[in-house]
Formats: sequence, structure tokens, C-alpha cells
Amino acid sequence: MAVLDVRHLNVRFETHQGTVEAVRDVSFSIEEGETLGIVGESGSGKSVTSLAIMGLVPSPPGVVTAESIHFEGEDISKLSQKQLRRIRGGRMSMIFQDPMTSLNPLITVERQLSEVLETHEGITRRAARTRCAKALGDVGIPSPEERLDAYPHELSGGMRQRVMIAMGLLCNPKVLIADEPTTALDVTIQAQILELMQRLQKDHGTAIILITHDLGVVAGMSDKVQVMYAGRVVERAAALPLFQRPLHPYTEGLLTSIPTLTGDPNERLSSIDGQPPDLAHLPPGCSFEPRCAWRVDRCTTEAPELGELDGFGGRASACHERARLAARGTIASGEEETR
Amino acid sequence: MSEPLLVVRDLVKKFPYGSKGLFSKPEGHLHAVDGVSFELERGRSLGLVGESGCGKSTTARCVIGLQPATSGSIRFDGVELTGLRSEGWKPLRRRMQMIFQDPYASLNPRMTVGSILSEPLELHTTKKPRDRRLKTLELLDAVGLNPRHINRYPHEFSGGQRQRVGIARALALEPELIICDEPVSALDVSIQSQVLNLLKDLQQRFDLAYLFIAHDLAVVRHLCDRIAVMYLGRVAEIADRDELYARPQHPYTRALLSAIPVPDPVLERARRRIVLTGDVPSPTHPPTGCTFHPRCQEMTKEVELPCTTIVPHLEEVADSTTCRTACHLRARESAGTGAAAGTSR
Repeated sequence: MAVLDVRHLNVRFETHQGTVEAVRDVSFSIEEGETLGIVGESGSGKSVTSLAIMGLVPSPPGVVTAESIHFEGEDISKLSQKQLRRIRGGRMSMIFQDPMTSLNPLITVERQLSEVLETHEGITRRAARTRCAKALGDVGIPSPEERLDAYPHELSGGMRQRVMIAMGLLCNPKVLIADEPTTALDVTIQAQILELMQRLQKDHGTAIILITHDLGVVAGMSDKVQVMYAGRVVERAAALPLFQRPLHPYTEGLLTSIPTLTGDPNERLSSIDGQPPDLAHLPPGCSFEPRCAWRVDRCTTEAPELGELDGFGGRASACHERARLAARGTIASGEEETR
Repeated sequence: MSEPLLVVRDLVKKFPYGSKGLFSKPEGHLHAVDGVSFELERGRSLGLVGESGCGKSTTARCVIGLQPATSGSIRFDGVELTGLRSEGWKPLRRRMQMIFQDPYASLNPRMTVGSILSEPLELHTTKKPRDRRLKTLELLDAVGLNPRHINRYPHEFSGGQRQRVGIARALALEPELIICDEPVSALDVSIQSQVLNLLKDLQQRFDLAYLFIAHDLAVVRHLCDRIAVMYLGRVAEIADRDELYARPQHPYTRALLSAIPVPDPVLERARRRIVLTGDVPSPTHPPTGCTFHPRCQEMTKEVELPCTTIVPHLEEVADSTTCRTACHLRARESAGTGAAAGTSR
């Protein structure tokens, strides 16, 4: 059974510029011990999706609607903030992008960590201290006992992110949402943190929702991937086939436009023309249409639904031309797919 | 042949820290840049790569005169820049320009794009208003923006478009050298490649030299002919592009390359990654000897090498013509192959 199952999630913000539809009709589910990568650029709705699941979208201006959000069998979409607070940080927790701003600068690491245990498990601070020290040790912080008394500013960026992870994992959550957990870090530190997350996942069977713009990080970490553009999921697939044969023009554009260590450095990078759309003034048809090389007439008027493709093992793409894209892929790789 | 456009020799930049009051002495000095040397030819591009705090941005800011160097020499087209007074700088300013990282913070929100672009022309040229406007329109076109948007304000543009405005501003005075400080790291993935392509096109069109600051080795690879990898204020390795990526010499370069995630699940999962332990040490108390030694994965205990005591200097590598690296290990290997060929390794 899926540990988290989200159905038809919508988030909109009522602003002076008009209604911004930040997340439109997003559904997904995640199993125990699995990693789901959510990829997208700024404004694609990937972070708002996770905030909405946690009940952290400020209202007003935010309006969250969902058919259901089942977490361990319970529909949490209708819960009050008070009820959600029992789950948040306990059975479902979150790591934020910026460890510089998401820790409280005025209290010690120990107080921040033990607060979680006091809230969710009601244990005393003294008992909490040993648990906290162990948690810091688990995430690879040297001399954890001493570090407990440190303030966030005394720690480096990588150490602060480790504290965030330790905090997120204190109560052995079922689901961990990691929102750009390594974006603010240097690459050598990023490698350490990613390795740590994988190890902890293996030990605890935590399901991880990994939100990132870095396709390289997704490639190494995720079992399945969903690509978002302008608030919608445009493609959903297992990690391997997605990278080998993208079935949405945006995914393909993203994959071919990143500078890599392997391609011919003298060749021009291919790029997606144009700019991401203004979410308050989306085009009536497909949001990607103005930048798309595959567009046909109906793309300007009719928004494509996320639809599964026959013979592609449950892969889904929101593109009118997905069949054409898929057919081309088949020819290029020389495989015969059942159609 | 004449001197390269930019020659930097033994550049040092120290910042005092820990001063308790206005008149008290500082506790010590932080060596942000500690003896950096490189050269940049006309029309070429040099990448300065490293993690945060390695001194790459400080180096760039010293070159363009935003910060005075503590010691060392910076020569631009034969003119010594260190110790130059403001009158001396003025004719040089138009010949070297800068593109900043954050397109949101580096454009004045109260100025239209037209006035942002014509301001340098006003200050440095005798062009009449009409000609300035024509030039501005030309610049917008050159960076791929719609010339009709000349009266718009920065907030009306997206991040990528704003960075194009920043690039146009740097081009306004037809400089010979542009310092790019992480010009694409604040941009979305799909916009990064657009801007990188634009920078490459402009380089060919206007014969520009780039000093390109970045933390991402994959980005630098597409734009730079030569790359210097920095660690804690020093150059760990400098080499021509193909050489650096094919045969990285310094253990830090190797770790850096292996740490970059590859957007290919098969490769990415099969890869043996060198994961460095620990953090970048504080530049206020750098490790003794080779500053990289506490994190070095190749330093071996059994062989007597002065990694922990003596600072290694940039030296040629035996079988390479373009690479110089600061590593005792490589130096010994090179000496070994040079002096006694055949002694086993």
C-alpha cells in the first residue's frame, strides 16, 4: 500500500495581479522506502506541492483543494492545523533548501532538536538529549555531544544541513520531503549529504520525496520521477526510462540543455527557446506550447491531459503529440515496442 | 609575441578579522587569495572554479579594482593595475567590464533598460543622445532582447532576460575583457544554456576575453579554453580544458569532478564517487602544509611526503604540456618518471 497518496491537488493564490494557479491537478503516490523525484524550474509548483501536502500553504492568499491526500491510510486533506501538527515533523517531516534560514539562530541545536521529541513523543529534555546526540552522530557530525550546545551560526553550511536532516529524521518519519536539500551546498558537500540520505533511507525504509531542479541529483537518487511545468505534471515515469527516452518535449529539452561532463564541449548547447510562462497569464492551451518545437494546431487551444501510453509500463505524458514522440524514440533506439 | 591581455602574478588579498574595537588591532588576517598567478590571452576565456570561500570572486574583484590587492601584480595590456589611482583607472574601466551573478540585485530597479544601457555611454563616450539611443537599441538586439522593450523596467523581465540586460550593459563600451561572476548560477536550467550560448556567440563576434568565475565544472567546460581550480585561496591546478577533464591531476580536481551528479541514471549509479570527508577548512586557520591535506583521499601515510608541513607550489606535470598542479604526490611522480624511468609505480 502506498504510504502517501495524493489525488487531484490544486493550489491557487489570489493576488492583486489575478489568480495564480501554482499547482494544477497533481496526483501521485509513493511506497515505503521509495524515492520520488519532483523536477521542475522555479515557478513550476514543485515546492508548493510539498507545502500543500504538509498543510503549510499560507491562507490567504493560498487556496488548497484536493480530492484526497491519504497518508498511511488516513485522509489528511481535511484535517485541522491542530491535527496536522501531530503528524508534521513526526511521521511526516521536511527538509528545507536553505539551512541558513530554516534553523532558529537564537537557540542551540539541542533545543531545536529536543523540541521535536518533546512535541511528538512527550519525553523529558534530559532523555531527549541522548537521543539528539545519537541523531547528530547518525548524520555524520563529529563530536555530537559538543555540537548540541552550538548555535546555528557556529556551524558550516554542510553541518547545518546535517542538523536539518537529523531533525527531520528524529522521529523516524514514514515520509520525508526534501525540498532542494543540497542546492545551497557545494558539490563535494552535496555528495556527502546525498550519500547520507540514501544510507538513512535504507536503514529506516523512509519514503523520500526529493524536490530539485538538478537532473543529475534525480538521476542518482530517484526510483520514479515526475516533471512539472507551470503547475502541472507533464511527465511521469520510472527514473531509468525517463532519462533514456523522454516522452514530453519539455523533459527532452531539459535533458539536452544541461551542460555535461561527457558531451562535445565545442558543440552549441541545445536550449529551450523563450521564457517560462507568467503563472497569472497562462496560455489557454498547453502551457509549454509557446516554447515547444513539436506543437500542432490544437496545442494552442486545448490543454493536454496527463495520459498513460500503451506499451510503456504506466508511463504518462501530458502532450498531444506523445504518440509521435514515443514512435520516434522506438525507431531511434531500434527496439520493438508492443503498440 | 606580445604580453597576454591579463597577467596576474602572486596575487594576495588579506582581510583583517576579529578586531574588537575601532582602534584595536585585528586578531589576524584571513588570506582570501594567497599567491594566485594566471594569464589570459585576448579573445580567450579562463575559468576560475572552486567551492564557496576559495577566493575566486575575490580574485575577480581585485582584477577589476573593486578591491585593492594586498600584494602581487595585475597587468592589463601592459599596465600595472595595483596601486593605480582613480584617474589611471578611468580609461581602463571601459576596456574591462563585469557581469554579476544576481540579475535581480545588479540592475537599478528605478531605471529603465534604456537608461541602464546608455549610462556607461554617457560617462565614457562623447556620443550624442540620439547616437546613444541607437547604440542601446543595437545592444538589445545583440543580446536577443526586443528593442521595443527599451522603456521597460527590470522587474518587467524574467531572470534570464535580466541577465541579458546585464550582459548588454557590459558590452556597451566595447570592452576587451569581461569578468563573469557566476553569470548563470542564479538562472533556471532551461535558461542557463541560452545564456551560455549567447556568451559564446558574443565572444566570437566581439573578440572578447572572459574571466569566468563558476563553481560548476560542467558549465565552465562549455565556455572556457583554460581552467584554474582553486582551493582555499590558492590555485590547485591549472590546465587547458581537454587536459583538465580527461586527466585531472590534483586530488581535489578529481574529487570535484567525481562529485558532479550526472543526469544519466545508469552512469550515475555505476559511478565510483570520491566522497571527500569533512568541510572546507576555515580560511582564518588554514591547515599547515598543503591546505587540502586533511581531506585528501590520495595522501598516503606510508610514503614520506611533506603534505602536512610544506606548501606545494604549482609545478609542471611530467606528461602534460598545459597542466600545472600544486601537489607533492604529482611532483614526486613527475620527478620519478623524469629521473629514473622504469622505476615502478
